[in-house]
Amino acid sequence: MTPSIDKQLESAIADTLRFGVLLAAIAVVVGGGMYLHHPSTTLPDYSHFHATPTPLRTVSGVLRGVWQLDAKSVIQLGILILIATPVARVIVCIIGFSRQRDRIYIAVSTTVLIILTYSLFQGGR
Amino acid sequence: MNILEFTSLLFGASIFAGLLGALTGLGGGVVIVPALVLLFKVDIRYAIGASLVSVIATSSGAAVAYVREGLSNIRIGMFLEVATTAGALLGAYLTAKLSSHWIAIVFGIVLLYSAYASFTKEPEGSAAFKPNTFATKLKLSGSYVGSIVQERYYAQNVPLGFGIMFGAGTLSGLLGIGSGAVKVLAMDHAMKLPFKVSTTTSNFMIGVTAAASAGIYLFRGYIDPGIALPVMLGVLVGSLVGARILMRSRVTSLKVLFSLVIVALGVEMIYSGLRGKI
Repeated sequence: MTPSIDKQLESAIADTLRFGVLLAAIAVVVGGGMYLHHPSTTLPDYSHFHATPTPLRTVSGVLRGVWQLDAKSVIQLGILILIATPVARVIVCIIGFSRQRDRIYIAVSTTVLIILTYSLFQGGR
Repeated sequence: MNILEFTSLLFGASIFAGLLGALTGLGGGVVIVPALVLLFKVDIRYAIGASLVSVIATSSGAAVAYVREGLSNIRIGMFLEVATTAGALLGAYLTAKLSSHWIAIVFGIVLLYSAYASFTKEPEGSAAFKPNTFATKLKLSGSYVGSIVQERYYAQNVPLGFGIMFGAGTLSGLLGIGSGAVKVLAMDHAMKLPFKVSTTTSNFMIGVTAAASAGIYLFRGYIDPGIALPVMLGVLVGSLVGARILMRSRVTSLKVLFSLVIVALGVEMIYSGLRGKI
């Protein structure tokens, strides 16, 4: 446990989180501006659950929507970036612990990454 | 109501929820979900989806400062995240299985417990300084600047703390909240970590825990951009303002008032759940 390397890991984690949240917030604000600029449609009925349209529920669908400048897709892109931020933080931890050759915590962080990956790819079905 | 009015009202309510969440230390999620369900008549699944998104934003934002100051214990956080993310998967699975009445009732109970827990004072100096097998092998220790000198602490009752954390993760995935009150139970009472370490490490873990269920929510269609937009930005703004107020002044009297609001929301959630109105 070398304190200086721990400090490096801490600032790498802080940078990752700050960058992720900022990027996500920018995307949500831009998408929000587009969404409110043309409030043509009437308010959807949110009192009963019918799940969001399918394109807004997949990464490829959201990206296609962003390409077509669809406001809701831009907001959803920001939310995807936000969800990806903690995942990136776990990857930063794995790299940091690898540098310290901390076998136990490489294993612990990798386990968390596997659970997150499982939820993102399998849990959706 | 048109989209502009709905978004503005929701934005205002979310700022208030973020403010309340920060001042009571319970997080914005516990206020915004009941507000969406009871005031805006939004289906509880949309409410949970939007709340979880705001929880990731606020906790990650706050973690930037805590981690940089070396307050959060990265190893303890990472180790307990195995439990919370696994629990979050179970919670997100349960959300699809349980009816919204039951989710509302469980939410109400958690609200009441959170209000109660925010008033039970943690005994000062309860931190444990005795090394033990688990803490040594898993490096679940650290040092922090205590009252006078740098002090070294070791996590106690590790298996129990890990187990409670699994429960905290499940509640987070089921209800779309950070479940800070349950985490305090695990880290302060079971593992006997110093208060500053437990609160900042708990905050550090919330983002990863929430991400485990947020992916599932998104792919199931719980996260609607029209609701998530004002909720995420509003709660973020509210909690930033709340954190500023906390740094400047003691807010004991406000805390009593806010806790009464939390209790009222909890009772209303349970009542509406039992009556089948949610």
